[in-house]
Amino acid sequence: MLLRHLYLFMCSWPRVLELIYWPFLNMTLWAFLSKYLSENSNIFVIASGVLIASVIMWDTLFRGQLGVTLSFIEELWSRNLGNIAVSPLKPYELICSLIFASFLRTLIGVGGAGLAAFLLFDFQFPEVGIGFLLFFVNLLIMGWALGLAICALLIRFGLSAETLAWAALFFIQPLCGVFYPITVLPEWLQPLSLVIPATYIFEGMRLTYFEGVFEISLLIKAFLINMGELPQIKLSKNNNNQA
Amino acid sequence: MIKAKNLSKHFGKIHAVKDLNFFVNDSSTLALLGSNGAGKTTTLMLLMGILKPTIGEVTILNHNVYNSRKMVSRKINFASPFVELPHRLTVKQNLTVYGHLYGVNNLDKKIDQLTVDLDLGDLLDRRVGKLSTGQKTRVSLAKALINDPKILFLDEPTASLDPDLADWIRTYLEKYQSKTKATIILASHNMPEVERLCSNVLIMKKGEVVDKGSPKKLIKHYGRTNLEEVFLTIARKE
Repeated sequence: MLLRHLYLFMCSWPRVLELIYWPFLNMTLWAFLSKYLSENSNIFVIASGVLIASVIMWDTLFRGQLGVTLSFIEELWSRNLGNIAVSPLKPYELICSLIFASFLRTLIGVGGAGLAAFLLFDFQFPEVGIGFLLFFVNLLIMGWALGLAICALLIRFGLSAETLAWAALFFIQPLCGVFYPITVLPEWLQPLSLVIPATYIFEGMRLTYFEGVFEISLLIKAFLINMGELPQIKLSKNNNNQA
Repeated sequence: MIKAKNLSKHFGKIHAVKDLNFFVNDSSTLALLGSNGAGKTTTLMLLMGILKPTIGEVTILNHNVYNSRKMVSRKINFASPFVELPHRLTVKQNLTVYGHLYGVNNLDKKIDQLTVDLDLGDLLDRRVGKLSTGQKTRVSLAKALINDPKILFLDEPTASLDPDLADWIRTYLEKYQSKTKATIILASHNMPEVERLCSNVLIMKKGEVVDKGSPKKLIKHYGRTNLEEVFLTIARKE
């Protein structure tokens, strides 16, 4: 199955370029806004790059989820799921292949945008060691978990649930404080934010930029909530069995 | 041997398959006949272990197909015009991917052999999505034979094909079975095809088997001249 996804990447350069295109465009837009704000606002002078980091990390989460879901939808579009279901492929092997494809897509898309941010806007991540990398790992885990949940819905409801692939994460975006701390949310909404792993990641990222502190407790909270998503992967597996 | 025992599948209140009991001997060909919605495809899915039966069990090569799916699935395969291969991959890439999925030894040699047998030489480097219906059928059959299956499941293998190609496919299947002694389970609406290929027939209606036997026996039993007339008699009977 890994080979199947590699063949798909290799057969179409426009697809690879498309992977880079949207993260690059998004990053560029926010980089210019960031530049403008840093010239006019003291807070962004202190922590220039926080908006670019936000958009790159958001794209990591989004591409992680989209990578899993689109790789699965690809099988539905080509009406290939029946062949896969009959083959000896185990559900966990299918899940691993989807995660591999998602990782590749995210690496190309977000990696390209990150490189462009470094070259064009002199953007750099804070030097806090491997901890910051683990923020990205947790975002990917959350993206994959959500992607697998959408795959389960696709198996259950078919392509009529396809819109979820694009829209589901944007429902979470305002809640997890990508560009602002969740304290700006109404009080009744804040408890909802606290059950989303990404909330702690974005909070931790801002803390690193504004105060130069890497708060490991935020990383641990995100990780623990992510681990709570594992039963959902089991649910996807069971649904695959019934496909 | 394939054995279905008290096999039922319910989707909520819909009873797609009801209490099927039958067995299929090695090296024989069984046809599942029935009108649309009779339960043929659900039965195929149950036999292949893709669907879990609500009640009953399927035994293939002495193993419960659902509990031993990994082992059984290496020895079976499937082709249907309604299930396609990834469109953006070439024929060779598809055969390579599925060859690896089935753990085929000497895969290059196997692909070469299938290329000759199914006349795929000119198609190997073409994307599946760009092929004609007939070409896709041959490629799909190549995928279904990549692991030399002991049991081959075919869902309407000649649907939408011109008579010449359909005959070519039937002849190929006959030769393949006589060479490999494989068992074939066939769901079809094409009665002459069933008469030609199958040693036994299960006729299904509303999820149940309403009659079974060899095509000759059924034609004689209903006093008709061919299987199509038998099918129409059963389908139109209240």
